Amino acid sequence: MSYFPRDRAWHPPALTPSYKTSVLRAPQQALLSMPTTASEETGPVFGHDLLGPDDNDLIRNFRRAGGEAIGQRIVVYGRVLDETGRPVPGTLLEFWQANAGGRYRHKNEGYRAALDPNFGGCGRTITDERGAYHFRTVKPGAYPWPNGVNDWRPAHIHFSVFGHAFAQRLVTQMYFEGDPMIWQCPIVRTIPDRSAVEQLVAALDRQATIPMDSLAYKFDIVLRGRRSTMFENRMEGN
Amino acid sequence: MVQSLDYLKESPSQTAGPYVHIGTNPNWVEITGVWKADLGLVLVGPQTRGERILVEGRLFDGLGEPVRDALVEIWQADAAGLHNSPAETRGKADPAFAGWGRQPVSGVDGSFRFETVRPGSVPMPDGRPQAPHITVWIVARGINLGLHTRLYFADEAAANATDPLLQRIPSPERRQTLIAPRTERDGLPVFTFDIRLQGERETVFLDI
Repeated sequence: MSYFPRDRAWHPPALTPSYKTSVLRAPQQALLSMPTTASEETGPVFGHDLLGPDDNDLIRNFRRAGGEAIGQRIVVYGRVLDETGRPVPGTLLEFWQANAGGRYRHKNEGYRAALDPNFGGCGRTITDERGAYHFRTVKPGAYPWPNGVNDWRPAHIHFSVFGHAFAQRLVTQMYFEGDPMIWQCPIVRTIPDRSAVEQLVAALDRQATIPMDSLAYKFDIVLRGRRSTMFENRMEGN
Repeated sequence: MVQSLDYLKESPSQTAGPYVHIGTNPNWVEITGVWKADLGLVLVGPQTRGERILVEGRLFDGLGEPVRDALVEIWQADAAGLHNSPAETRGKADPAFAGWGRQPVSGVDGSFRFETVRPGSVPMPDGRPQAPHITVWIVARGINLGLHTRLYFADEAAANATDPLLQRIPSPERRQTLIAPRTERDGLPVFTFDIRLQGERETVFLDI
């Protein structure tokens, strides 16, 4: 029951020179391929006892000045599935983002946009039995970065997903429907296929919007699938 | 026309970026009070079974400069070769050993360090033994898709010689990039696993 190999023509390649940092951080040798073993088909599990009540509420989980985070209030929700369409329940999702002005709360960050005293920028949750998750936050702002002389990242939220196996471990970014910056971004454009990029663009969902409170964006995440257990006992593997 | 296979496509990866620690190690970047402790910093406790070891290393880019903003995770079997995972089919792993660790590399010199236990052997699906190893996964700014590699132990020479993955690497020099040399400090075995992303002595990375 090994995992499907990754389609590395769908993922971004390692070397993408218009994203300059990749030039010195991309391996030059071919990857060594190997069918998955128990070392890759297992992975850590995190229990709900890990979570505090505000872990998935970025508007409130860093309330220092007593208020709430400033910005466009949104709910982000979706499901985690595998490539066969099965839900991935009980998996830890971590997310992080800049504030509404595009400023990250990180010591290495020097952008002049102000920090929000009530916004930390980190959250986490665990998918339910349907593979569903949700969290509340403010929509992050675009921000400039030292790549080209005038490069700006589109509004985005970073995601880290564990899945059920270390082979499924994934870090990616969610973008927002209709943002014209998506198609200009050298990091987005590391992904060769436009339809693959579209898979990272969350749709505005007016049905899930909370009236007079928050807009909603739907973002489903797909992790690697795996073969069924047909002819499992064949010595050459399965 | 034929029926659709109906498979979904995996969500494409994107770089973790320079501020990955906000989401994974918020306390380390002074975002305190959101959660008590960063995950994955401690692997072993007094109840954990097995031989204590230290795994240390540094991460270098294609110019030999330290990579100072990466995140390193490890995943491994317990001392008996069992994983603490519901997907483990061969038995129940040591409950006092999660088998998973994570930490940011040092912002000064790109170093990382895990105190863990020596893993037992894990079989291939067809039953052949694999040499003891630790899975290592690296994400960082400039890395578009997380890099998988494996640490093997220099003092397991006999097992390494028949390991199915190591045997797939034709060049003995490249094989050496996965085999961590052993030293000792304060009575503990120390295995040094330097990771070179690119160029001379480039680490073997895996497509698994």
